[in-house]
Amino acid sequence: MMNFSTSPPPPPDPASRAAHEPAVRATGLTVVRGTRQVLRGLDFTVPRGRITGLLGPSGCGKTTLMRAVVGTQAKVSGTLDVLGRPAGDATLRSRIGYVTQAPSVYDDLSVRQNLDYFAAILDPGRAAAERRHADVARVIADVDLGTHADALAGNLSGGQRSRVSLAVALLGAPELLVLDEPTVGLDPVLRRDLWHLFHTIATERGATLLVSSHVMDEAERCHRLLLMREGRILAEDTPDALRSRTGAETVEAAFLHLVDEAIAAGAQSQTGESSRDDSSRNKTSHKETVR
Amino acid sequence: MNTRPHRNPGPAQAESPDTATPPAARPAPRPTARPGAINASRTAATAARVLRQLSHDPRTIAMMILIPCLMLLLLRYVFDGSPRTFDSIGASLLGIFPLITMFLVTSIATLRERTSGTLERLLAMPLGKADLIGGYALAFGALAIVQSALATGLAVWALGLDVTGSPWLLLLVALLDALLGTALGLFVSAFAASEFQAVQFMPAVIFPQLLLCGLFTARSDMHPVLEAISDVLPMSYAVDGMNEVLKHADMTAAFIRDILIVAGCAVLVLTLGAATLRRRTT
Repeated sequence: MMNFSTSPPPPPDPASRAAHEPAVRATGLTVVRGTRQVLRGLDFTVPRGRITGLLGPSGCGKTTLMRAVVGTQAKVSGTLDVLGRPAGDATLRSRIGYVTQAPSVYDDLSVRQNLDYFAAILDPGRAAAERRHADVARVIADVDLGTHADALAGNLSGGQRSRVSLAVALLGAPELLVLDEPTVGLDPVLRRDLWHLFHTIATERGATLLVSSHVMDEAERCHRLLLMREGRILAEDTPDALRSRTGAETVEAAFLHLVDEAIAAGAQSQTGESSRDDSSRNKTSHKETVR
Repeated sequence: MNTRPHRNPGPAQAESPDTATPPAARPAPRPTARPGAINASRTAATAARVLRQLSHDPRTIAMMILIPCLMLLLLRYVFDGSPRTFDSIGASLLGIFPLITMFLVTSIATLRERTSGTLERLLAMPLGKADLIGGYALAFGALAIVQSALATGLAVWALGLDVTGSPWLLLLVALLDALLGTALGLFVSAFAASEFQAVQFMPAVIFPQLLLCGLFTARSDMHPVLEAISDVLPMSYAVDGMNEVLKHADMTAAFIRDILIVAGCAVLVLTLGAATLRRRTT
């Protein structure tokens, strides 16, 4: 895949002084939907310039967590700082690229027209037309849709449409990319290419990626992992550390090991006076290293 | 209005050791935007995008533009024997058509924007709500000008609609009505979960106004309760305004009052519509 940067030299960036700070820092992050607590007091960080995988079964709260980070989720409590600002801050809107699980593009526009429009929202004005044009060409090449640039998005296959959606998020070189299951429904070759692209974005452009997946083999491609289950963070570590800590061969086996432990701990605390997470934390030694 | 942070950043954060070392490379920042301000470029880009979407759907455009003309033609020969009736109803319809068309088109377009996820995406980007609404109003306003110009031209010059005042004033009222239709459509789309529901809002919101606006019988002849209701419905003033142009050569005070009420209602409903666009949703 092609990757050429046509962005102008960056102006002095006030965020750089906080470069040692994690891109995302959550303390006691809680989200309520209806009467249900979808996220239950999460503490985690997402390091800068790295790919952090968010893994867990469907319905465990991955999308809600991502929406909270992007700032589109209502009823969020606790502390959630993103790129040094509170999540949802207006100044973050041009610094974060977000890809929802279902492709969110205009079906009645061509790939290029979709990108032209979103580029004009990010970088408006006639003076920026050249820069936008180059940016659109770059992201079309990034997601390998050059031969379909003038096709209507509605006429593309599911995998192609999700790549258009990804291309929109890549516009303007965002500092933080939040990708909700970006490789679902893609063939193995495309999946490999996209993961290659994610690594390029992280290492060469220094961007932070938060990528969710429920496919455990993708976990091995991440620098760090957040394992989630039922609205809680089960573990937060590198794939290697998770494997060695649990003595498992794969991340999948490590995850299952941690789930079994959590269930056992949950059963123990149920018999006790409280079922709160804090009480089970003292009983399982690994939780301390998780935090 | 979008500049305030949603939450406090929280108390001082303890430095915790982190396993990852940040890379030396600094990300090239996206161009920073002034949030909250109405941005002419973004509004224009949104309007162009809406028109571009429509351009991929020529049948819809043809129907929007031709159906009012066909209806006027039909009406002309329905009232073949009483041209005065055609004058009155025809002028009223010139104001009602753009309202109905734009109501339908906007409610469906905004609903699609909501259900396809593009609205969420746009509101997560540095796009002001006013930019989005303004873009829609511009695009559909432009379409309404074409629609109304054709319908008014056909009625006045080909079908012999007898207006005392200037046809330009008819066009002005038609444009304001289109704006009102766009505003109402945007507003009700927030309460529709599907296209089926959105279409049902048309009889719910438009038909009562149609019955009470003075098209079928003078508002002063209605039951006092209905007359009072018709006094607070904006379409009544759209029709009154058209009739002022029909009967008077100059801009009357009543005409100016009517168009100001229609414009005011449009702005009020657009503001209510903006309030239904939420950056944060459950």
